[in-house]
Amino acid sequence: MSTSSTGPTSRVVLTAADIDRALTRIAHEILEANKGPQDLVLLGIPRRGYPLAQRLARKLAATDPGIDPERIVGLLDVTMFRDDLSRQPTRAPGPTQLPSTGIDNKVVVLVDDVLYSGRTIRAALDAIVDLGRPRVVRLAVLVDRGHRELPIRADHVGKNLPTASAEKVRVRLEETDGPANDVVIEAGE
Amino acid sequence: MRHLLSTEDLGRGDAVRILDTAEEMSAVGDREVKKLPALRGRTVVNLFFEDSTRTRISFEAAAKRLSADVINFAAKGSSVSKGESLKDTAQTLEAMSADAVVIRHWASGAPQRLANSGWIDAAVVNAGDGTHEHPTQALLDAFTMRRHWSRLNRNASTGADLTGLRVAIAGDVLHSRVARSNVWLLRTLGASVTLVAPPTLLPVGVEHWPCEVSYDLDSTLAKGVDAMMMLRVQAERMNASFFPSAREYARRWGFDDRRLASLDSLGLKDTIIMHPGPMNRGLEISSAAADSPRSTVLAQVRNGVSVRMAALYLLLSGDTREERNELTKVSSS
Amino acid sequence: MSSANPAGQTPNADRYLLRGAAVLGGERTDLLIGDGVILETGTGLSDARAAVLDADGLVVLPGMVDVHTHLREPGREDAETVETGTRAAALGGYTAVHAMANSSPVADTAGVVEQVYSLGRAAGWVDVRPVGAVTVGLAGEQLAELGAMADSRARVRMFSDDGMCVHDPVLMRRALEYVKAFDGVIAQHAQEPRLTAGAQMNEGKVSAVLGLTGWPAVAEEAIIARDVLLAQHVDSRLHVCHVSTAGSVDIIRWAKARGIKVTAEVTPHHLWLTEDLVRSYDPVYKVNPPLRSDEDVTALREAVADGTIDVIGTDHAPHPSEAKECEWAQAAMGMTGLETALSVVQHTLVETGMISWADFARITSATPARIGQLQDQGRLVAAGEPANLVLVDPAARWTVDPAAMATKGRNSPFAGRELPGAVKATFFRGHATVLDGALNTPYDFAGEL
Ligand SMILES: [Zn+2]
Repeated sequence: MSTSSTGPTSRVVLTAADIDRALTRIAHEILEANKGPQDLVLLGIPRRGYPLAQRLARKLAATDPGIDPERIVGLLDVTMFRDDLSRQPTRAPGPTQLPSTGIDNKVVVLVDDVLYSGRTIRAALDAIVDLGRPRVVRLAVLVDRGHRELPIRADHVGKNLPTASAEKVRVRLEETDGPANDVVIEAGE
Repeated sequence: MRHLLSTEDLGRGDAVRILDTAEEMSAVGDREVKKLPALRGRTVVNLFFEDSTRTRISFEAAAKRLSADVINFAAKGSSVSKGESLKDTAQTLEAMSADAVVIRHWASGAPQRLANSGWIDAAVVNAGDGTHEHPTQALLDAFTMRRHWSRLNRNASTGADLTGLRVAIAGDVLHSRVARSNVWLLRTLGASVTLVAPPTLLPVGVEHWPCEVSYDLDSTLAKGVDAMMMLRVQAERMNASFFPSAREYARRWGFDDRRLASLDSLGLKDTIIMHPGPMNRGLEISSAAADSPRSTVLAQVRNGVSVRMAALYLLLSGDTREERNELTKVSSS
Repeated sequence: MSSANPAGQTPNADRYLLRGAAVLGGERTDLLIGDGVILETGTGLSDARAAVLDADGLVVLPGMVDVHTHLREPGREDAETVETGTRAAALGGYTAVHAMANSSPVADTAGVVEQVYSLGRAAGWVDVRPVGAVTVGLAGEQLAELGAMADSRARVRMFSDDGMCVHDPVLMRRALEYVKAFDGVIAQHAQEPRLTAGAQMNEGKVSAVLGLTGWPAVAEEAIIARDVLLAQHVDSRLHVCHVSTAGSVDIIRWAKARGIKVTAEVTPHHLWLTEDLVRSYDPVYKVNPPLRSDEDVTALREAVADGTIDVIGTDHAPHPSEAKECEWAQAAMGMTGLETALSVVQHTLVETGMISWADFARITSATPARIGQLQDQGRLVAAGEPANLVLVDPAARWTVDPAAMATKGRNSPFAGRELPGAVKATFFRGHATVLDGALNTPYDFAGEL
């Protein structure tokens, strides 16, 4: 399957420009909710949450020059904390990289591309607990497509997308899926 | 991967995947909570027909860091010493719903027998069988070498193999499962290997192995070695005329102070000295060599836990039952 | 085939008319069997009292004679009994077997060999010829009472410590000399014990990888070389059991060229299977001497074809399942063979064009009978000869299922393989012990006279 084209049954719901606008808005919301840049750490969940966290960090730095975008972003691998390890083919774990400041007493914003069942975020919360004790954990997602299976909600949402369960929401970023840079919905089988 | 029985049949992809996963596992040791929930509810049995405290605690630590339940089953002082067979033991473990059996056995091939007999459904990990193989030891050795080699080449170790690395393995190759597992794995990972031993301690048939063979440690070192691995030599081999005396062995094939010094004069400033332990200081390795900054002995122990975590995780985390059903379907059609 | 044992006849009064059997695979003829002998051969025979067997497409051969069988009784009746082992023999086309001496107690006295001989007669499936031990308890230290065994009712002529090697050269020399008094033969299990301490498999390429202690070819060859020279020196008869290496073949070929009185045997499994099977660590492939290399298998086949190796010996060695359902090193050595020997020899030697059915008769019947000095076995398929015969369908194909065998041993290395050639009938002293490929009834020795 090619990632740079869309099939006949798929439609673009967010363009590159839409994504950029959504991230700008989320960056402002984050600063607002935190009453400034202090103690902020963005942890991206692989694969696409990490480049989104990097983009968000640059937005934050653009708004507040006191922020060094390189120093507040981390990568949080949640593979080992998933609740479906024994139901899926084996997944190799990936690296976790925290900012040098660590996460103790920080305001951690988890960043992911799509919020769906909520199980990935549940795993991420468990992973965070084993790494340290943040003061607050918030959640930022580009797309919330509904169908939650756990009592989890996002603090910052780029776009709420009502979907059918059979549909697939695909976020395609330059960093991971280039040259595509959009969000598409593909019809289910 | 269904079992980990040998490195002879371990492909490059699986080998690198284990080493890469071990890299991630090693980070857990530095964290606040040195434990992952990945194998919660899984049962790992350490089935030891031969004493080896070091290997057992390494596997035990690995399984516990992954939150598995661990049962230690020492065949000595149990029903096995009363003559219970491997088959009956296996069926007992099956009845206890073991998900993985880590087996150490004095008989070559016992893990393969356990895995292929149909007596048990669990994943089988070979923790050393007779004079056959010790795959997790070779993997931890390769992990240690890869970190060293990547540092020298300024590469990321993840995804890398050992292409270009020159390894010498010296000692009792004939009786060494460590040597066998290392020869196959190092070949798979692209390293070049030279075995150095007295001719009496090399197996007939070694000429078919994918490595060089030398009787002379000094000339091997002079050709250049990046990793020098010394194998444990049991002094009692002397009584079976494998060599005349411990003194003669140490002089000709031991890594002594003179050879340690020769590394500097040969310009081999980055060569590491490895040993799977336990060491016979003064026989195959001198204390100065064992304790020198070149020695990776303790790093090997540390890396052993990471590599065994990786192996257990990769064997147990997937939906193994389904894979198995697939296999049965294929074979019965 | 359309026949059964005619009702109302006593077994030993059997009469059979075989129609159109190819004698030794050659000329087709009718054979009339009665009174324990071949009464008549020719075309268009008829006999009112005889059961008629359509032998069209079948080959008739002299009943096979095994020079090397482990019947396990007395002592290991859990592994095999004379009854079960000889049933297996009859089904495999045999009319005589030599029962090796490594029973418990060891067959090293007249009493034990007579016991085995009597058990064989009571069973009635084949002639059971006990082999006497060379040394007391197979211990290799002191000669057993060879003369007493020779003089016993069992009339022992073959002596062997099989399972153990008579490794002491002085003892071997004395044994070779001593049995000349009653024209006996020493059958040597050639294995230098010091070179094979703890040995698990052939020493070479595969053992190096598997980490199993090697059984080097030289341990066999060194003993054979010594023994042929001893046999020459004292002008005695030597028989070499289960030759397994190309080097052994060379030595025996050399010895025969020098006129040394040596005969040699090979097992069916050494004519086919190789050490590569050990890679599975499945002890069904553990045997002594061990499976060797491809080159050895080739040399052994050629040696049978050129007459260097004289006979096939099954080394049928049944074991209870627990002796094989374990680690390789813990497992017992040995394979069953009586019920697969004919098919394996057909596959490896006849179908490869290396030997004819006439050669088959020589190496499985005539020469084994001569080595064991069995007067009524291994004879011609001709009128007036004892009716020890086997009727074979060479076109048949069957898949080996150890669970379906008559032997108690389930340790067949050929399990699951498709083999050619099936025994349709076996005639022992004129009586059909096997009919339609299934066991019939035993010969009744009590009914003789
Ligand atoms: Zn034997």
